[in-house]
Amino acid sequence: MTTVAVKPATMAQALTRAMRDAMAADPTVHVLGEDVGTLGGVFRVTDGLAKEFGEDRCTDTPLAEAGILGTAVGMAMYGLRPVVEMQFDAFAYPAFEQLISHVSRMRNRTRGRMPLPITVRVPYGGGIGGVEHHSDSSEAYYMATPGLHVVTPATVADAYGLLREAIASDDPVVFLEPKRLYWSKDTWDPEHPADVEPIGRAVVRRTGRDATLITYGPSVPVCLEAAEAAQAEGWDLEVVDLRSLVPFDDETVCAAVRRTGRAVVVHEATGFGGPGGEIAARITERCFHHLEAPVLRVAGFDIPYPPPMLERHHLPGVDRILDAVARLQWEAEG
Amino acid sequence: MTVMEQRGAYRPSPPPAWQPRTDPAPLLPDAEPYRVLGTEAAGKADPDLLRRLYAQLVRGRRYNTQATALTKQGRLAVYPSSTGQEACEVAAALVLEERDWLFPSYRDTLAVVARGVDPVETLTLLRGDWHNGYDPHAHRVAPLSTPLATQLPHAVGLAHAARLKGDDVVALAMVGDGGTSEGDFHEALNFAAVWQAPVVFLVQNNGFAISVPLAKQTAAPSLAHKAVGYGMPGRLVDGNDAAAVHEVLGDAVRHARAGGGPTLVEAVTYRIEAHTNADDATRYRGDAEVEAWRAHDPIRLLEQELTTRGLLDEPGVEAARQDAEEMAADLRERMNQEPELDPMALFDHVYAETTAQLREQRALLRAELEAEQERNDAQEGGAR
Ligand SMILES: Cc1ncc(C[n+]2csc(CCOP(=O)(O)OP(=O)(O)O)c2C)c(N)n1
Repeated sequence: MTTVAVKPATMAQALTRAMRDAMAADPTVHVLGEDVGTLGGVFRVTDGLAKEFGEDRCTDTPLAEAGILGTAVGMAMYGLRPVVEMQFDAFAYPAFEQLISHVSRMRNRTRGRMPLPITVRVPYGGGIGGVEHHSDSSEAYYMATPGLHVVTPATVADAYGLLREAIASDDPVVFLEPKRLYWSKDTWDPEHPADVEPIGRAVVRRTGRDATLITYGPSVPVCLEAAEAAQAEGWDLEVVDLRSLVPFDDETVCAAVRRTGRAVVVHEATGFGGPGGEIAARITERCFHHLEAPVLRVAGFDIPYPPPMLERHHLPGVDRILDAVARLQWEAEG
Repeated sequence: MTVMEQRGAYRPSPPPAWQPRTDPAPLLPDAEPYRVLGTEAAGKADPDLLRRLYAQLVRGRRYNTQATALTKQGRLAVYPSSTGQEACEVAAALVLEERDWLFPSYRDTLAVVARGVDPVETLTLLRGDWHNGYDPHAHRVAPLSTPLATQLPHAVGLAHAARLKGDDVVALAMVGDGGTSEGDFHEALNFAAVWQAPVVFLVQNNGFAISVPLAKQTAAPSLAHKAVGYGMPGRLVDGNDAAAVHEVLGDAVRHARAGGGPTLVEAVTYRIEAHTNADDATRYRGDAEVEAWRAHDPIRLLEQELTTRGLLDEPGVEAARQDAEEMAADLRERMNQEPELDPMALFDHVYAETTAQLREQRALLRAELEAEQERNDAQEGGAR
């Protein structure tokens, strides 16, 4: 018997494969966006789709985000399943009108008669040395809009599994792709993609006894690194990858926090009005009597995203995370 | 009489008199892009102006090659080159008076430099040490705009405000062919025409929006034709003919200043380089097309005109080249110096007055940096 060695794949490749398989399985799946056809997208995530399925299935649109999402609404009304690409986080803003006024609330307005199975893919976050408007973490805007699922993978397997599920979902999904993880690699078999937990479930990426780091997307590898480094300081840290910001998995998060009694929420998005505030509040409401210390947040500063030469000071890094862990009132232990 | 009989007798009255608000004929662009160089019109062009344009084009090309080289050396994070589009970039700057305003996009750093802004300050955004490096008020140049077409309504608002204040200021706003598909383009043109704002919109149709060719961007006869729908004149010009671009933009600026309202100018040109250094243009276009446009090079066109008319000789060419080299050497030297970076500046100018929260975050970063410094010092001490 021979076993074929499974080669490493990048997150970008897994995302491409997810769209490819979805398009092959379901003729109503259409990809549209700026430069997604001939070029294969500026990050090459739609590479090969136009060639394999034709330009009607993977379409270079005119350059207008409101138009892309607005026409996707109409396509969905007529039974298609659009997967739209916003080229960068900050270039999705012209589409907000469509997203907030229509995409998010069509199911509710029509009493369930007109669901919109649209996936909005958005490369997001910093850490790639991008100039102004290329590094925003816009998840809080989406999270604050009822009716949208907000999903973000941190692993190659999740990139495939979550995107397949997002495309298959009858609800609109804002699918946030951490652009600095596009080239991250893992062994992953495109012919037999591993099953992953569904949208709405968080996953414990590392178990630990002393404190829980709660995070998602681009900050997951940073937290895992912090947890490794924390061992030297004598802390055994747990890392929870949320994967899905909406719906939110209170169960997994709270179970983890109850085990350790201490929690730090980590994300790139700004702290004030950011996702961490909601997460910390939910933990406090549900796990107050298990907490040994206030839930802390390590987030991007409350400033416009910095220029590339200064972004390392803004992004939550290992040291800043460990500093927060150190502030979790360990003295009380003794 | 039955109801049906009554209906049969009914004669609809004609609608109240209708007439178009504007006669569309004078708004229509020419059938072909307007050209000056190599045509009879060139004879009427001011020789001094042509020579000035030539010197600026040579400088502009050198600026582009220098910025591209600096990007390859890692001195710029990214560079969207305007190689091949220098005629548009230079003319846009030269047609304006000092009191006028320029609204550039990310590709228009050359226009900004030609307007007199320091090139290092202009390239700050693309080097990545800050967002906008120059004082917009110093030369009346709005910050380089990356979100496409969003600068256009700003230009309209500024021009409108100037008119309300009684100032004869004109705003010239630049945008690419792709940018014309954005909603902000439509809204800006509509506002400008309704308000008769003194604005000139310069669309550089360089054939592509990253990989997407114009044919996928618009079904309009030309981008200049779009003007007619808003009730403003549309002008179509050969964007590689510096004399023609200068004349058409100059006319539009004078028209706006005299209270005639906005104009949309489509300059037909070509993006010779890839979208940016990060782009691979071989994925979506062939060499033959690029070569055809290289043959229609803006500098060569003007050089030919000037030399055939005896307005430029070998020493003149050499002098322009020399001047451009000096500019490039200065740019190179200054860009090769590490920019001064102050992480604490991240917290400045977020608001007019900082907040308690930002003060806290600033203190956190300072403590981190001090701890980092201590660790580094300790390591160095240990190594000694
Ligand atoms: C609102 C918005 N959407 C998308 C982008 C990403 N983007 C940057 S440049 C570009 C193409 C622009 O083409 P065009 O307007 O023709 O100008 P050119 O780059 O050719 O000068 C795109 C899609 C952006 N900057 N802003």
